Amino acid sequence: MWLFDRDLWVEIFHTLGQNLFRTFLTMLGVIFAMIILVLLLGSSNGMSNGFNKVFAGTASNSLFVWGQSTSEPYKGFERGRRIRYKIEDAELIKKQIPEIEVLAPRIELGSHRGVVTVYRKGQTSGSSVYGDYPEIDNITKKRLVEGRFLNQTDIDDSKKVCVIGEETYKLLFEKGEKAIGQDIRINGVFFSVVGIFKPNNNINIDGENAVFIPFTTFQKAFNSGDRMGWMAISVEPNTKVVVVENEIKEILKKKYDIHPKDERAIGSFDMSEIFNNITAFTTVLKGFSFFVGIFTLLAGVIAISNILLITVKERTKEIGVRRALGATPKVVKRQIVVEAIVLTAFAGLIGFAIAVGFLAIADSLWGSGDDFPFVKPMVSVPQFVISFILMVGLSVLIGLIPANRAIRVRPIEALREE
Amino acid sequence: MIEIKDLHKSYKMGSNSLHVLKGINFSAEEGELVAIMGSSGSGKSTLLNILGMLDGADSGEYNLDNVPIRDLNETKAAQYRNKFLGFIFQSFNLINYKSALENVALPLYYQKVNRKVRQEKALKYLEQVGLKDWATHLPSELSGGQKQRVAIARAMAAEPKVLLADEPTGALDSTTSYEVMDLIQKINDAGNTILVVTHEEDIAHMCKRIVHLKDGVIVEDKKIEQVRAAQYV
Repeated sequence: MWLFDRDLWVEIFHTLGQNLFRTFLTMLGVIFAMIILVLLLGSSNGMSNGFNKVFAGTASNSLFVWGQSTSEPYKGFERGRRIRYKIEDAELIKKQIPEIEVLAPRIELGSHRGVVTVYRKGQTSGSSVYGDYPEIDNITKKRLVEGRFLNQTDIDDSKKVCVIGEETYKLLFEKGEKAIGQDIRINGVFFSVVGIFKPNNNINIDGENAVFIPFTTFQKAFNSGDRMGWMAISVEPNTKVVVVENEIKEILKKKYDIHPKDERAIGSFDMSEIFNNITAFTTVLKGFSFFVGIFTLLAGVIAISNILLITVKERTKEIGVRRALGATPKVVKRQIVVEAIVLTAFAGLIGFAIAVGFLAIADSLWGSGDDFPFVKPMVSVPQFVISFILMVGLSVLIGLIPANRAIRVRPIEALREE
Repeated sequence: MIEIKDLHKSYKMGSNSLHVLKGINFSAEEGELVAIMGSSGSGKSTLLNILGMLDGADSGEYNLDNVPIRDLNETKAAQYRNKFLGFIFQSFNLINYKSALENVALPLYYQKVNRKVRQEKALKYLEQVGLKDWATHLPSELSGGQKQRVAIARAMAAEPKVLLADEPTGALDSTTSYEVMDLIQKINDAGNTILVVTHEEDIAHMCKRIVHLKDGVIVEDKKIEQVRAAQYV
């Protein structure tokens, strides 16, 4: 196996070592190209990770459905009728659409996005108050600072407990005061605080100033009967959200006698759309980085090929001697191609090491993703392997140019050259 | 050992064609030491190049050790050169970044002889040319005569059928030339077939046979009384 042929390597390193400065300059192109490629890829990975962090805690394949007012008259109803869902709708939808993973009904105190005054020991806050099922946590994850979120026992026993937002806590409690176990008052009803949550910093559906109480408690405490405000729904991974969205709308339109063409009666928001847009954006970004990087790399490898062409010209006589002594064209070619590979691979690794160093520094400086979406900027192993293989592949192809030049000169002509 | 019949070779020079070899008939037995003489332009280098498979003939037959040499591609030619022929050049053509030993071992490398055997053999041939102590030196550290001796050791290393020497003393002063010729004679004494291209009468007379080329044909082919180079050294 020629790969383990010591003489081949001795010869390659000897020729490369003969003019170290030139060898280094040759490699510089590939080193820079590799740095650019890895930095571009790493940064776009960092951005992609950053966006993922922004959306962490929100199920990507989820949607929200709420009631609005009709915009078309239908079956004797006038337009402008307010659509109010009932809790049974949740069961109905869940039964008819098996692709739904989680369906969390919610009811809101006051009007939508309305504010309710919450009291505690003379302090007040204007907060949103939601009646929720624990399942909501699977769709919009709450980052709990303290305590716990609502659970099934709360629902079953209609416990008078609540989970409050950090903002609400700040308004109702003194700094550092213990809130768990304390009571707050909403519309004359007392609720015991069991948890404090911090909003997910970027996607905010519930607001920062919010109070969650069990759905069943809400029904009893505020006498909401079987009303339901809106639904948070997550669908199975391989199901298109928009399909489920349309199915739900159809069911609801039928049930509430809404004109089939009425687009305004049912409000909905498809979370996956945002995700898809961002995924598309980061994919394009990554693709573009790769594209630019590979072409830079190509330029670097061509520079290597150029220098090898010069070297071959300088070594014409030596190559002639070798061929007179019995070196076949294949052997001569191999040596020059391997030189190209060694130069490229070595330069590529140096560039890679430098770029990874840069990325590590960038990561330690801005990698937390707090200020802008930039988290763990680094290239993945497959990305590295692919670029490395591509680079070496290119160097083989490009190395063939000087290699063929080397054997095109006939030994007799090469020997004649003085 | 060598048999050539009606060998023709012409070079195209633009629209003109230069007929360099005009029907050469020549043969050499095993163990011969032949000088090929002629003025420049006589075709002696062309003949040597064809014999060395560095160049192809236009027509004619060439048999080397009963192997017909024709229609060679570069790979085949390289293999034959490696197996059959040892070259000694006027300008030595040592590889300047390799030590004497590595230079001698080079043909063996192309024969895929393993490294250890290669070095042993190379050292043996260096010893034969009296340069064992110079094995690790680079060509730049050797004198002209020493370089040519390394080149001779290299030509012998592959144990070829025929040694081809193209003006082996052309770049050397007369004392050194005689030393080199002495070495060539000794190698010939051991039974090796050697062809020497030269234009120097005294060098030619140290061979056993002189072939005179003029304008692409052999004008004279005679056996001579060999002058031993040792007496001048």
